[in-house]
Amino acid sequence: MAQPMLKKDDDRDDEVDYHPFFGIEKGAVLQEARVFNDPQIDPRRCSQVITKVLYILNQGDTLTQIEGTEVFFSVTKLFQSKDPGLRRMMYLMIKELSPSAGEVIMVTSSLMKDMNSKTDMYRANAIRVLSRIIDGTILAQIERYLKQAIVDKNPVVASAALVSGIHLLQTSPEVVKRWSNEVQEAVQSRASLVQFHALALLYQIRQHDRLAVTKLVTSLTKGSVRSPLAQCLLIRYASQVIRESGANQAGERPHFDYLESCLRHKAEMVILEAARAITELSGVTSRELTPAITVLQLFLSSSKPVLRFAAVRTLNKVAMTHPLAVTNCNIDMESLISDSNRSIATLAITTLLKTGNESSVDRLMKQITNFMADIADEFKIVVVDAIRSLCLKFPLKYRSLMNFLSNILREEGGFEYKKAIVDSIVTLIRDIPEAKEIGLFHLCEFIEDCEFTYLSTQILHLMGNEGPRTSDPSKYIRYVYNRVILENATVRAAAVSTLAKFGALVDSLKPRIFVLLRRCLFDSDDEVRDRATLYLKVLGGEAVVGETEKETNEFLFGSFDIPLVNLEASLKNYEPSETPFDISSVPREVRSQPLAEKKAAGKKPTGPTGPTSGPVVSAIDAYEKSLSSIPEFAAFGKLFKSSAPVELTEAETEYAVSVVKHIYDGHVILQFNCSNTIPEQLLENVTVLIDASEAEDFAEVYTKPLRSLPYDSPGQTFVAFEKPDGVPAVGKFSNILKFIVKEVDPASGEVEEDGVEDEYQLEELEVTYADYMLKVPVSNFRNAWESMDPESERVDEYGLGARESLAEAVNAVISILGMHPCEGTEVVANNSRSHTCLLSGVFIGNVKVLVRLSFGISGPKEVAMKLAVRSDDPDVSDRIHEIVASG
Amino acid sequence: MATLPSVKNILVLDSEGKRVAVKYYTDDWPSVSSKLAFEKSVFTKTMKINARNEADIVMFDGHIVIFKFIQDLHFFVTGGDDENELILASVLQGFFDAVGTILRNNVEKRTALENLDLIYLCLDEVVDGGMILETDASVIADKVSSASGLEAMAPFSEQTLSQAFAVAREHFARSLLK
Repeated sequence: MAQPMLKKDDDRDDEVDYHPFFGIEKGAVLQEARVFNDPQIDPRRCSQVITKVLYILNQGDTLTQIEGTEVFFSVTKLFQSKDPGLRRMMYLMIKELSPSAGEVIMVTSSLMKDMNSKTDMYRANAIRVLSRIIDGTILAQIERYLKQAIVDKNPVVASAALVSGIHLLQTSPEVVKRWSNEVQEAVQSRASLVQFHALALLYQIRQHDRLAVTKLVTSLTKGSVRSPLAQCLLIRYASQVIRESGANQAGERPHFDYLESCLRHKAEMVILEAARAITELSGVTSRELTPAITVLQLFLSSSKPVLRFAAVRTLNKVAMTHPLAVTNCNIDMESLISDSNRSIATLAITTLLKTGNESSVDRLMKQITNFMADIADEFKIVVVDAIRSLCLKFPLKYRSLMNFLSNILREEGGFEYKKAIVDSIVTLIRDIPEAKEIGLFHLCEFIEDCEFTYLSTQILHLMGNEGPRTSDPSKYIRYVYNRVILENATVRAAAVSTLAKFGALVDSLKPRIFVLLRRCLFDSDDEVRDRATLYLKVLGGEAVVGETEKETNEFLFGSFDIPLVNLEASLKNYEPSETPFDISSVPREVRSQPLAEKKAAGKKPTGPTGPTSGPVVSAIDAYEKSLSSIPEFAAFGKLFKSSAPVELTEAETEYAVSVVKHIYDGHVILQFNCSNTIPEQLLENVTVLIDASEAEDFAEVYTKPLRSLPYDSPGQTFVAFEKPDGVPAVGKFSNILKFIVKEVDPASGEVEEDGVEDEYQLEELEVTYADYMLKVPVSNFRNAWESMDPESERVDEYGLGARESLAEAVNAVISILGMHPCEGTEVVANNSRSHTCLLSGVFIGNVKVLVRLSFGISGPKEVAMKLAVRSDDPDVSDRIHEIVASG
Repeated sequence: MATLPSVKNILVLDSEGKRVAVKYYTDDWPSVSSKLAFEKSVFTKTMKINARNEADIVMFDGHIVIFKFIQDLHFFVTGGDDENELILASVLQGFFDAVGTILRNNVEKRTALENLDLIYLCLDEVVDGGMILETDASVIADKVSSASGLEAMAPFSEQTLSQAFAVAREHFARSLLK
């Protein structure tokens, strides 16, 4: 080469080590930085020192504030030098130091001079540096230059100004919005990057004006955009317009033609962007999908891994909603299974598993087996999940899929991976009756050599429930008892419970189980011995768990449906005393977020020391404690449910009031949380006057006033109503806050003697059916559903009318019923036309209720719903229907 | 809201995963230790992949990372997992080729460190605060070289005919070797 670019470094000879920055040290470099202050500036030496400082920062070291300021000031001295290379390094340094406002003033004038320099490179970089460090006032001074720069004929300068505009839009939007005309001119620039930056800025200026965005997209899609990057942006903006407008009357989408034309663009990034935009259109039809799928299919056989990845990732997503549209690509997909990029291979496999048909399953499994050995655990989990859903889709293929799962179960793998496999097998056992026995058998084999206690106990539990009901229960006993001999205490204890379950259900095995359990009495672990003793007594009929065999079984097999968090909180609160801990006193309501403690704690210092110990204490616990400490409410019995607080005032009014509805069997207590936001006032004798004329079933029985409500210290007043026992009465209440106002001198805190009576209108509140429903999850909806009496089932169909979307309809019904959505069924997949939602809850009177909702949406967004209810009490099932019918 | 294509970071690591030059543009990794942890995991996940001829891609923890290796240097560009992969790839390619031009195709750790100021300038010209500034390698290299401070060196766009010829010959030779 003519001119070697390697620097002829003066101190090169000293640094024989091949690393030029070896042993570099911050203190020494900062010493060196004094060279910036020399009256005779040596540009090359200064550049080197700046590089060293940048290197230190880049390696993750930081400068203290003093060090930073010092370096910054000495760097500003270098503006005297005219050396272009040094100037560039100074720009970098200033950006890296992100100076404080006071320091910025030191450099603005120099930078503004550079901004008007004849050298393009100075102009562009000075703009970028300035926009990074200035505030609004300086921006006003340089605005004129920035506007000019946007339409500068040098693309580098224009881009620098536009990008700075995008950054500045975050901090000073009103200034940047004034540049609209210049930006619009820049959109027509011949330089491709300028066009891209201008379009981005123009959109961001107008993004809150839907009409303007639509206009922008309409005019530009006609074809003046040349830059591929700008084209990608335009596609994003166009699909946003499509999203917001929906299909028009003719069912034609606006701008769809534009998206389709982009599929023929010569830049691959544009094609990809357009294809992806099409696949993500809501309610996309297969006719619309086809051209996009075709180009993606071509990408699948590209030599570039990035392109293959992008294509297979997009197709994988499409396969979730439109598996049929992707089947054409299956052959290309299969060749990707051996792709050297494992991400691509995994995505290809999971796509194939989603789109494959029954006949191809066996072939696929063979290919995957070879593949599984050399991928990482995280990919294996993805594959296992895909196989599980495939098996649920083709139950007849359970044999080969189950075999596959058991084979990979035997191979090496981490906990997460093994857990995914075991979970899959468990799901298959649950959902495919034929697969039960071979599945259980595979699991038995697995626990013979399983290093994970968690998985062993989980499997033992499952075997206890399922094993006794198989054709030959005795063959499992060996595996279970081996655990008692070989494993750690936790697994041994689980195995003892499993043995007991076999003994309880299979009479022929009972004597043998007794022998085994008796051996467990000599175990070294307390828990194992205790369990063995307990089960021996129970099975032998000596202990009084229940009189009948049914109750024994309930004791052994009954599900534990109390949330563990609540149990833990209750146990923590329990003080050892005469009365034993009562498990039925544990609240069943699941609280997603524990309510702020102070709401409940700020009152009633007379009560027992409130549950202030830990954040795990649920709100209902706190409520129950505080309510039961009020003598008038003590006789109401057990608190069934407390609602979340509902605001009865607008935000930032004089008095803030929210209400919590406490539901009892025969009463409802309304707790008004009041706070006074006026420092000059003290409120006394605060009550809420309630007009219950629109709530016929309610009779007011007691009002507990709030004696005084000083500024900024919230308090509560209560109103109790009687209602028919166990009946979910509903109604509307209108409320007026009544109180005596006393003036307070905020400076001295002195209160005037005389007060004035006053009142304050609050918003209405409603007691709805949802208030009588507790959100109680069930762990396995299907099992719970089947264990309920089919006689109690009530089915009916409803038309919900036109709705925004299926998801909106589902959420509306869930909130009317106030029940807990199970198994994540509250989430509606995008674009789906039908949805099934599973809900569970406990209705007042402790009646367990399960609901199965099937939704369907028709073309003009009409939603229909089928509602099936099972509950412990057929009347309640009817009631649920009434609720929905009236809602 | 439709989003602007954006880059989360650009990394140049050596063959042991140590930093040569890095630049982060987002707050996804707030501390130095989280940045180093990300670099470590990205390095270990990709070190066995042969990304010397074509850029390759990996996706993890909600990020897409496009990478390409040369000699003892590993180049990475990271974006969000909903980003257009090819846009990120064009950023990587632009940066990668620009570094190649600046280092006269002698891209290895030693020369990179010896010309670290140019590498920093190059990073500065590719992406500004996460926004793509330029993806054309020759434009980037021009911008860096015109300010590199060596009077002896002319900007690439103003090379003499013989220099241009030399560069062209080299490019040709490389394309034959592929």
